[in-house]
Amino acid sequence: MGLSKLNSLYREVILDHADHPRHKHDLQTSTNTITLKNPTCGDVINLSIKLDDQDQIADIGFSGDGCTISQSSASMMTDAVMGKDKETALRMAKTFSDMVMGTKHPQADLDELGDAAILSSIMSFPARIKCATLAWWALQRALLEEDAPTDEEEA
Amino acid sequence: MAAKNLDVRQDFPILDQKVNDEQLVYLDNAATAQRPTAVTDSLVHFYQTDNANVHRGVHTLAERATEDYENARRKVQKFINAAEPEEVIFTKGTTDGLNLVASTYGEANIQAGDEIVISIMEHHSNLIPWQQLAIKKHATLKYIGLTADGELDMADAAAKITDKTKIVAIAHASNVMGVINPLAELAKLAHQHDAIIVGDGAQAAPHLPVDVQALDVDFYAFSGHKMMGPTGIGALYGKRALLEAMPPYQYGGEMIDFVHQQDSTWAQLPYKFEAGTQNIAGAVGLGTAVDYLTSVGMTNVEAHEQAIVDYLLPKLVADPDLEVYGPHDPAKHTGVIAFNVKGIHPHDIATALDMEGVAVRAGHHCAQPLMTYLGLVATARASFYLYNTQQDADRLLVALAETKEFFNHGAVKA
Repeated sequence: MGLSKLNSLYREVILDHADHPRHKHDLQTSTNTITLKNPTCGDVINLSIKLDDQDQIADIGFSGDGCTISQSSASMMTDAVMGKDKETALRMAKTFSDMVMGTKHPQADLDELGDAAILSSIMSFPARIKCATLAWWALQRALLEEDAPTDEEEA
Repeated sequence: MAAKNLDVRQDFPILDQKVNDEQLVYLDNAATAQRPTAVTDSLVHFYQTDNANVHRGVHTLAERATEDYENARRKVQKFINAAEPEEVIFTKGTTDGLNLVASTYGEANIQAGDEIVISIMEHHSNLIPWQQLAIKKHATLKYIGLTADGELDMADAAAKITDKTKIVAIAHASNVMGVINPLAELAKLAHQHDAIIVGDGAQAAPHLPVDVQALDVDFYAFSGHKMMGPTGIGALYGKRALLEAMPPYQYGGEMIDFVHQQDSTWAQLPYKFEAGTQNIAGAVGLGTAVDYLTSVGMTNVEAHEQAIVDYLLPKLVADPDLEVYGPHDPAKHTGVIAFNVKGIHPHDIATALDMEGVAVRAGHHCAQPLMTYLGLVATARASFYLYNTQQDADRLLVALAETKEFFNHGAVKA
């Protein structure tokens, strides 16, 4: 088998997001920010979101260090939720978490995730699921906690 | 020179399997070793023939179990050349042993203004107990740094260890840098300043001959599972005079001499530090692992791993895409080899190698201050043991080459 199985994990679109991450910058002004770490590997994400008065994501950016999967997932997440309202973004985070854990969702929910839906392939690599979910966890936590603590660890 | 293989593979049935359709190459021995059949057999034998609680029954099984347990202690004593069996305390592992010293000896002897000296390459288990003790006692925690090639900086050690130092706690061998630290020299330095020295033997006891009397360490902690024993068992060596002066670690059954309503007196060594029913089968299994290592010979184990390092390390170091941490001179490097591949995150490396059947670790290796000191987030790490072969080293090299090819040129057409 060798590395051919890797093709299902490291799809071209995933490698592209990792090599050219979208929205990888800190925001000058933001309404919601959070720093999450994956203490088992040292991956870290700083996520900042600017919600407008309609509770819509007017801007989003991230920084930090991580593997191909975590960087790519963060990039795809920011692409997917840009311009969405808070409730929709939270619903998408739930869909993503469910998807990588193998819980079925209607196709419409998966379509809403955009490129990020491709990470369902992570299911075959259980040790890497946390790499994919870190960014979506950060999104959820940042949106739910108005004054999110800045140095939380996600186990 | 080719590494001559020890004839032990057949003793480790777990190695004879395919992972992701490839023959398994297990290179995560610094995390935990595999067990020979002799060790797993001894657990089954104990549970099926001798099992009883120790030191408190008058019946025959209780006597047999006690004999098994105390035999294991004597085996460990001989293995590390402790002066007497009472100086060997069974623990859950290295972490437990180091916490025991910090919360008994440390609690009783550290005062405000005192200094505790460790090194920047310590595993969290030989770092956080001292850090928390220092915070609690308003003492100062000082770190010995590294030389340019990743060895312990002995000049810095001489500067950091002073008359204010009360405890020096150092890894005998590093779980990241792949170096053996000069513990005997550090012990001399510590004793010149009336400090005690604690050796973290987790990465040394499984791999090289250890003589606690020759090292002149005051305490020495190690784990059973990294030397092919069961998980959840380890040993702490302590000099008798120190152990006798220390308060107990935990209270309960087994560790008492006499209990009155309002006070109690404590059992003799080593039982003062073994409260409650211990991991008896674990101790028996550890004793068997000691027998196994002794029959192979620790000098042979050390020489075998060194031969693999002599073969592999220069090849890794010569690869311009690789960054290898610790000394690049194989003579100064143990079978723990941490590295990164330029442009590829260590987690991606580890997943790719796993697809090739090669098991390595990726992460911060429970040494976050070291990672920060080195300016790293994480590394990959391959670590070898007596059952690994030169062929395993070759498999790693091939898998690394293919991994680089995949990530650098093989971006898959979806």
